[in-house]
Amino acid sequence: MKSNLPLILAFVSGLLIIVAAFIPHKPFGMLEETLTNWFMIISSFAILLGQFSLIQVNANRVAQRSPNWQYYLAGLISFAVMVSMGLLWGMEKTPGLLGQGESVAANLGSKPFDYIFENIYMPLSATMFSLLAFYIASAAYRAFIIRTFESNLLMITAVIVMLGRTSFATALTSWIPQSLSFLRLPQLTDFIMQYPNTAAQRAILISAALGVVGASLRIILGIERSYLGGGK
Amino acid sequence: MKAADRILIERRIVFLVLALAVALPLIFPLGLKTIGTPLTKKAYDLVDSTPAGSVVIVSFDYDPSTVTELQPMAQAIIEHAWSKGHKVIATAMWPQGSQMADMAFEDVQNKLGSKVYGEDFVNLGYKVGGMVIIQGMGRNFRTVFPKDTSGLDYDEIPLLATIKSLRDIRYVVSLSAGDPGLKDWILTAHDKFGVAVAGGTTAVSAPGFLPYVNDQQQLYGLMGGLKAAAEYELLMGYEGSASLNMNPQSVAHVLILVLIAIGNVRAWRKRKTARNREEASNA
Repeated sequence: MKSNLPLILAFVSGLLIIVAAFIPHKPFGMLEETLTNWFMIISSFAILLGQFSLIQVNANRVAQRSPNWQYYLAGLISFAVMVSMGLLWGMEKTPGLLGQGESVAANLGSKPFDYIFENIYMPLSATMFSLLAFYIASAAYRAFIIRTFESNLLMITAVIVMLGRTSFATALTSWIPQSLSFLRLPQLTDFIMQYPNTAAQRAILISAALGVVGASLRIILGIERSYLGGGK
Repeated sequence: MKAADRILIERRIVFLVLALAVALPLIFPLGLKTIGTPLTKKAYDLVDSTPAGSVVIVSFDYDPSTVTELQPMAQAIIEHAWSKGHKVIATAMWPQGSQMADMAFEDVQNKLGSKVYGEDFVNLGYKVGGMVIIQGMGRNFRTVFPKDTSGLDYDEIPLLATIKSLRDIRYVVSLSAGDPGLKDWILTAHDKFGVAVAGGTTAVSAPGFLPYVNDQQQLYGLMGGLKAAAEYELLMGYEGSASLNMNPQSVAHVLILVLIAIGNVRAWRKRKTARNREEASNA
C-alpha cells in the first residue's frame, strides 16, 4: 500500500490533467484547477524544504570538517545574514520585525537586505557568470582545432556567426556590393541562424517533446518509479 | 618546461589578454555602432503598435548573474511601453526577478520622470511553479497574485481593476535566462490563451527559441543577448549600457577568433613536426 498509493495518485492525477486538456468542462476543468492550485502550494513548500536541506547539508559538512569546510561555513553565514536582515528590517517595500528601519536605511542608503543584495550579491553573481568568458577563450584556444571535414564546417560557421554578432561585422563587409549583400556578415549570420540552425533546433524540439511524452506516460502508468525514492 | 606548466602559463596569458580586451574598450570606448536585425524590430513593433492604455506584462525571469544582458532590455522595454502609454505589470518566475523589476522601474523613472505606482506600473513579485502559474493566471489572475510585493491587495491596485485573467493582457515580454521562462510563456500564454508574447534571452539560449518565431506568431520577435539589447536601444534612439558594452564584447569575440586561429596554427605545426619525425624514422 505504501508504494501503491503514490502510484495510484500519480495515475489518477496524470489522467485527469490529460482528459481536462481535451475536455475543459465540468468536472474536469474544475478538477484541473484544483490540482494546479495544489501544485502551487506544494511548490511553495519545496522552497522551505530546500532551505532546511541547505542548512542540514552545510552544517553536516562543517561539523565533520569535510574538505573545504570553510566554504560551507561561509555559505551558512551568508544565508543567516540575509535571513536576519530580511526578518529584522524587511525589504524595499515591506517592513520587518523592527519596522521599516529608517535610521539604518539613512546610513546605508537603503535597507540592509537591499544594500547587501545590490552591492554584494549582484556583483558577485554577475562576476561568476562573466568568468565563463575566460574559460571559453581558453577552451577555444586549446580545443577548437580543425581535424575533420565536420569540424571544418563547424569552424567556418562559428567564425561567421561570432563575427556577425559583433559591431565590427558591418564595417568588415560593407564593401560588398548591394547585389551581393547576402554575403555580408550580418546577413550571412541571420541566414545561418534562421535556416540551418532553426531546422536543427526544430528537430531537437520535436525529439525532446516526444521524449517528454514517453517519460510522462511511463510515470503515469507506474513503469518509471524513481521519483518515489528508494533507489529503484 | 613541462607540458603542464606550459599549458598553465598559456592559460594565464589568454586570461590576461582577454581581461585587457574587455577592460580597454570600457575605458576608451571605440564608438562602434550596432545595426538592427528583423527579430529585434519585430519585438519593438509589437510594443510600438499596441494602443495607449493597454495593460501589459514584463516578466523578469532571470537573476543577477545575467543582469548585463537582460537588464538593459528590461529598461528599454519599460521605457518604450511607458512612452506609448502602456501600464506595466511586472511578474517574476525566478526568485530574484522581483528585485530586478524594482531596479529597472527605478532606473527608467529616474530617466523619464515619476510614474505612479499602482496606476502606471505594479510589481506582483515572484511565484513558484513556472508553466502552472501562467495557466493559473489564464484562469484567474487574482488567485495567483492576491497581493503585490508591498502587500497591497489586488483590489486596492487601480491598474488591475480591469484584469480578470491573462486574456485581458495585450502582450507579454518575458526576459528569460532559462527555465522557467520564455518557453513557458509561449506554450501557455500564447498557445493556450492567445496572448502575444515577445522575448529576450541570453545570447547563448537565443538559437533555441528561433523555431517559435514562425507563421503562427508563437513568438513576436526575439531579442538575443547584449547585441539585441543594443539594437533595441538604437531603435529607441539612445545609447545605453548595452550599446556601450557592445564595444568590449565585440573586441572579446574577435580576440577569441584570433585565439582559435593561433591554436589551429600551433596544432597544424605540431602535426607537421610529428609527421616529419615519422617519415624520418621510417626512412
